[in-house]
Amino acid sequence: MAKGGLGRIAVIAIPYVWLLVFFLAPFAIVLKIALSETAIAQPPYVPVLDLQAGWAGFAEFLSELDFDSFTYLLSDSLYAKAFLSSLTIASLSTLFALLVAFPLAYGMARAPERWRAILLMLVILPFWTSFLIRVYAWIGILRPEGLLNAFLLWAGLISEPLQILNTPVAVYIGIVYSYLPFMVLPIYSTLEKMDDSLLEAAIDLGCTRTSAFWLVTLPLALPGIVAGCFLVFIPAMGEFVIPDLLGGSSTLMMGKTLWSEFFSNRDWPVASAVAIVLLLALVVPILIFQRQAERQQEAGR
Amino acid sequence: MSSVTAAPKAQKVFAPWDDPDATPLVEFVDVRKQFGDFTAVNGVSLKIFPREFFALLGPSGCGKTTLLRMLAGFETPTSGKILLDGKDLSRVPPNLRPVNMMFQSYALFPHLTVEDNIAFGLKRSGYGRKEMEERTAEMLQLVQMKEFAKRKPHQLSGGQRQRVALARSLAKGPKLLLLDEPLGALDAKLREQTQFELMNIQEKTGTTFVIVTHDQEEAMTVASRIGLMNKGSLAQVATPGQIYENPDSRFVADFIGDVNILEGRAGKGLRRDGEEVTGFEYAGGKLSGRANEAIAPGATAWLAIRPEKILVSKTAPKDKSLSNVLEGRVHDIAYSGNLSTFHVRLDNGAIVKAQEANRRRLAKREIVWEDKVWLAWTPGAGVLLAR
Repeated sequence: MAKGGLGRIAVIAIPYVWLLVFFLAPFAIVLKIALSETAIAQPPYVPVLDLQAGWAGFAEFLSELDFDSFTYLLSDSLYAKAFLSSLTIASLSTLFALLVAFPLAYGMARAPERWRAILLMLVILPFWTSFLIRVYAWIGILRPEGLLNAFLLWAGLISEPLQILNTPVAVYIGIVYSYLPFMVLPIYSTLEKMDDSLLEAAIDLGCTRTSAFWLVTLPLALPGIVAGCFLVFIPAMGEFVIPDLLGGSSTLMMGKTLWSEFFSNRDWPVASAVAIVLLLALVVPILIFQRQAERQQEAGR
Repeated sequence: MSSVTAAPKAQKVFAPWDDPDATPLVEFVDVRKQFGDFTAVNGVSLKIFPREFFALLGPSGCGKTTLLRMLAGFETPTSGKILLDGKDLSRVPPNLRPVNMMFQSYALFPHLTVEDNIAFGLKRSGYGRKEMEERTAEMLQLVQMKEFAKRKPHQLSGGQRQRVALARSLAKGPKLLLLDEPLGALDAKLREQTQFELMNIQEKTGTTFVIVTHDQEEAMTVASRIGLMNKGSLAQVATPGQIYENPDSRFVADFIGDVNILEGRAGKGLRRDGEEVTGFEYAGGKLSGRANEAIAPGATAWLAIRPEKILVSKTAPKDKSLSNVLEGRVHDIAYSGNLSTFHVRLDNGAIVKAQEANRRRLAKREIVWEDKVWLAWTPGAGVLLAR
């Protein structure tokens, strides 16, 4: 009995210890830096915790922490703009990804059974190449003398190259492309599970094909749609690589702001404060997502 | 085929299929359905009358479900016509047919409550709010699911889901209700109970039911007529009693219930014990059976005799009316509580099954293994078949 109890505790403890070491501890460190002040030193902030000084040293260390970095974020409109811009880009990208992914997932789920595994493979295939390389590849496609413009010029649709690279459009293209599988897979899995006779029943009861889609297919795919939206929205919100490589200097996003505070300005406390604000902004949707998942699990039982 | 037992004239029996003036609700006219190379339905012509409870019965893959789905509009016939109330259905899409279907999987919408499931069809057909609520309540009452109105399908048992599915398909008051293996997912006890409920509801609503099933007992219990299908064609269409007592082929005799089929030669027409029967030569012995069609003497024929119509005894039967007699030894006894089935091996090696009700307790059974026994039945108990 005691042995079984111990085993059970170990099973529960392992994920908690994991979270403590790899999530909570780093978070505490980032929070500490955010409450510190920038300094020309190594590391570039004060106070530094001196464990040799014992309790007195710790108390002194605590007294020197403050919220200056956070108030600074409020004082400069740059950060609010970056936040709003991130929010807009992440929301719109999620919407576009949904518009592209739903027909894709629907087509996959409706395809003959023997094709589905292959189609699923094709959706996952891009993951076999490095994310960074795929984003770089888009530079080759989107730049003024790139593949897309060359094709459009050849086809006679435009007379001079379009400026797509280094505009928000390129960022949207990059995000939608990169996160598309995260939207397709959960939607596909809900649609694939759906019993075909539900649609027949809807039609039998007087629905047209279109109204059966709105009244039956879509509500049943909703859990997949919600999951997909969160899986795209959350990483897009903090995205750095795509706006940096494709968006040019005019695109303002939280991830980019954080990077420049950290590396260009060497202002670790403000960079950490940005990181914490971003985290808190994402915790809310994550919690909603979790509740949704729980409810879905309960409904599935 | 000839009619067998004519019902007494005084009592009005529901038998529109015997009335040449009756107008059918549904009429299949030489309907064929081809899936690629596979012929699912091969030239079916059939009339189904208003208020009938018609069962399409057959082994899996015989085309019965395809026939049902063509009625619902989910499949279109490759050739032939389907008429409903005399009007050709082929150009009417499924959502505009006055026909509703109860699906084998029930196909209840998991995101809607019981109430909303039932109201689903009503909402699509322009019912007013009040009418709709009344109709939904009426349907809930009909299937005794009133207290479950607010539940979701996953919170119901299999039997309850079945009721909701039935209520939903009846809500719009269809002219014709199609039921695809409606009781297949229920356990044996519940199935039996539900069969009677189904018959009650059919009678109460006066709707014409067409049920697809592979369970012959279910078809026998619920149906006014059975259409037995085999390989895409209708083998026989008749009332349960007729199809059991008067099968017109070995397939029908074999599919419905338990039967012994003896292969022999047809003889001449005889009169035995006040019955017109046809002689039958089997293993050197002279037997007889009712023939539904003339069989030329000397032609190969089959005698189909039900096990429960055979009397087993340890002595030669003295009763003169039991003119069909075979001798053999008890090879096996299958005991099923209420019945014992004796598997008797004849001298030619054939096994004939005979069934007796266990009127006495098991310990007092007179006939045991390897006993020499006589099998006997009346002249017209068996049916003589030409195919």
